[in-house]
Amino acid sequence: MTDPGVALVLVSHSAQLAAGVAELALQMAPGVAIHAVGGLPDGSLGTDFAAVDAALRAGAQALRGAVVLTDLGSAVLTVEAALELADDDVRARVHLADAPLVEGAVAAAVVAHGGGTASEVLDAAEHAGSTFADRAGRTLAVRGWDSAADEEDAVSTVAREVMVRNPMGLHARPAAILARMVARLDAAVRIQGVNAASVLELMKLGVLGGATVRVEADGPAAAEAVTAVVEAIEGGFGEV
Amino acid sequence: MTLDVEWARRWVALAAQAITEAKDELVELDREIGDGDHGVNLDRGFAAVAAKIEGMDRPATVGEILTTVATTLMSSVGGASGPLYGTAFLRAGKVSGLAELGPDAVVALLEGALEGITSRGRAGVGEKTMVDAWAPAVEAAVRSAGAGDEPAAVLRAAADAAADGARSTIPLVASKGRASYLGERSAGHMDPGARSSAILLDAAARAAA
Repeated sequence: MTDPGVALVLVSHSAQLAAGVAELALQMAPGVAIHAVGGLPDGSLGTDFAAVDAALRAGAQALRGAVVLTDLGSAVLTVEAALELADDDVRARVHLADAPLVEGAVAAAVVAHGGGTASEVLDAAEHAGSTFADRAGRTLAVRGWDSAADEEDAVSTVAREVMVRNPMGLHARPAAILARMVARLDAAVRIQGVNAASVLELMKLGVLGGATVRVEADGPAAAEAVTAVVEAIEGGFGEV
Repeated sequence: MTLDVEWARRWVALAAQAITEAKDELVELDREIGDGDHGVNLDRGFAAVAAKIEGMDRPATVGEILTTVATTLMSSVGGASGPLYGTAFLRAGKVSGLAELGPDAVVALLEGALEGITSRGRAGVGEKTMVDAWAPAVEAAVRSAGAGDEPAAVLRAAADAAADGARSTIPLVASKGRASYLGERSAGHMDPGARSSAILLDAAARAAA
């Protein structure tokens, strides 16, 4: 049983969209408490105040509070209005993220799964949009690892290269597995120069099967981290 | 005519009736620049409100009624106008904990509503929203109350100003809500939220006449 930590509340105009985003986030971060609401009681599109209110209250029960993600305008307004009417303790424990629903929910769920605090989960959600938008950052980051990192801290950095074996490469599920593994270890781990604790960073690398990636880590558990990551990649994530 | 609990009840009943009558018009306005659900959503919301207020057992203050309107709208409208009008009535209710409203209390009620809409919607004047009806309504109410008018006259002045304000949204380009995605193409149509705001204030004034 995973520690409930920070819960997520997803509010959409559509019940299907809310459920789908919850499904996606749960695959990346199993066990995280997710309260997904969408649509009106009659099944049509909209945001139902009573359902949103109930989800916010449920989220506030989580050990470390809740982070809320919404889709469009009235979902935001409904959450804000519900919080305005809610008790002080609910309001203090529930944080509305200004974040894209899908990317934000995935990023937030992974950080919540890794034991993040409410403000860390909120931060992950709110930076999820720029992570995807910043395509240019990808080439910069990849170029960065062979020059700067190697020269500056050659003593404590552990690095290895490994070939990705599963055909789909570092897509969502393997990225989530790696990110969760890395989040538990006392080391800063990079794959192709990007933060390996970030599902979104890993996914946007777009690494496919057959590619060779460089894994490097700093910190007390650097060697352990590199070994674990290399083994996971060589294992093909159960997809070979 | 005194603006008491019975006035508030009449306001709600007249508002529900007027919104039903204007449903098609609001749907049409919203179809031009929005998603076409404003009339349907509001009609559903005010039908629920009317039933709820009718069944209320001896409310002691105007504020009690307005707060019930607020929570009922929030839970029954479904679109963005639910939390917007909900917050408007909520804030209006907060400052109306009186058995009867004088001219200054009418001004406070309207100011509360405007403040609720602007803070929830983060919209200002001239963005082609409800604010363009409520802001001139408040201004007119302040002027009317300052001139020593009776509460009913203050409301009438506010309602007329809201109607003018709604019409003033026709040439505007929207910068908030779904209509803002249309950019320049949103000009030439009256904002449905401003229109429904004018309808609600007209009902308030008629209930006091």
